[in-house]
Amino acid sequence: METGRDDFVIAIRSAFLKKGAQQRFSLLSLILFSIIFLLLGSFNFKAIDYLKIALKEIAYRSSFIVSAPENLLKNSYILVQEHLNLYEENENNKSELVELRSKDLLNEFIILENKRLKDIVADYLVESEMVIAKVLSDKGSPFLKSIIINKGSKHGISLGMVAMEEQYLVGKIVEVNYLSSRILLLSDLNSKIPVTVEPNGILSILSGTGEDHGVIQYSKRYEDIKNQSIVYTSGTSGLFKSGIPVGVINKNVLNEEGKVEFFSDFSQLKFVKVFSFLKSESE
Amino acid sequence: MTVLKDKNFIRKILSKIPLIVLFVSVLNSNDFNYLGLKYFSFNFSYILIFYYSLKKIESLGYTYIFIAGLFNDVVLGTPIGLSSLMYLILCVAASYLRNITLRPNLIKDSIFFLITILIVNSLLFISLKLVFNYELNYFDEIVNITFTFLLYFLFSNLFDFFETHFVGNNNVR
Repeated sequence: METGRDDFVIAIRSAFLKKGAQQRFSLLSLILFSIIFLLLGSFNFKAIDYLKIALKEIAYRSSFIVSAPENLLKNSYILVQEHLNLYEENENNKSELVELRSKDLLNEFIILENKRLKDIVADYLVESEMVIAKVLSDKGSPFLKSIIINKGSKHGISLGMVAMEEQYLVGKIVEVNYLSSRILLLSDLNSKIPVTVEPNGILSILSGTGEDHGVIQYSKRYEDIKNQSIVYTSGTSGLFKSGIPVGVINKNVLNEEGKVEFFSDFSQLKFVKVFSFLKSESE
Repeated sequence: MTVLKDKNFIRKILSKIPLIVLFVSVLNSNDFNYLGLKYFSFNFSYILIFYYSLKKIESLGYTYIFIAGLFNDVVLGTPIGLSSLMYLILCVAASYLRNITLRPNLIKDSIFFLITILIVNSLLFISLKLVFNYELNYFDEIVNITFTFLLYFLFSNLFDFFETHFVGNNNVR
């Protein structure tokens, strides 16, 4: 029995302390390094911050280069698929265009009227200078959904700025480096934004699920949410202006918490627009 | 003489392939998560690190594994040092198994691997959820562990094949 315990101690000691050929550090010393990194990192120690920034710049650029062959394959597959669906898509687009043209005229009037009314109540938000950024990496873990863009503090990016693809909300900036930034996508489990579900104007919170859809939470009027209702930002946090389209309710799969299909396909993001919304100076 | 030198050079390059694959996998998250399959994800780096720590640690090296962990944290956005710690715990487990094993056996290795990744993922889950306040899905973790364990058999054989046929190392079996 004593020998068995001795063997265990010897094996463990050897596992931790034995360096082996061509090893500069033992496992124990590297484990201690990791723990020191973690502790100092959580206390925002300056030296660790600098190391983090340097590592991030190297990793993001390398990640972009390393994922190039895989992206090429992925893009070729998408291109072939798009070509196959071209005719059907064109027919749909034609009919949609006719409908949209008529709606556009009405829209323009409503936008102007809305701006005028919001100016009266001093609630009009204007966009800061827009930065167009390229998506360097969209490699998250299965649990964390975020993307890296090639613009950082050097280009005027700051924490909390809003990221959009075309007119649709994508997420917000959660980490800023000198030449790159990280955007937390709406689909991430940690993402929670105030939204309004139209046509009934139901205020609620849109939470990410870690998958490619979101859920409507913290609303007492789930039964009033209709199929194909549009989800817009409500603007109550002050971070987003109200009325940015986010997604559409899919009632076929509506459970107790409404399921939201995002307008943007987060796996296909190539460029995003980044800006913040500031309150306009009332005249 | 030149042919002999060339062969040595190629062998040297080939022996570094696991290290290159490790860095590519942490930078690229090369584990088919991008396919978006709901019930499929696995951690390729865990398999690679465990296998090579067990069979041929000189191909990877603890310092490089530590650095790969730092890069993984940066790419995934988790606290710096966390992945390194998890990778090194895998190395400790593999090293312990190597010390106590007289006759290597894939089934025993894989069972030990399962226990190790259960411990490592539990530690990761607890530290991310309770210490760093990350929101994580427990079910996704279970799926990830299951597939990582199942695919260990496949990758273990592939690595064996690579080592015996390309690097010319028969000691890995």
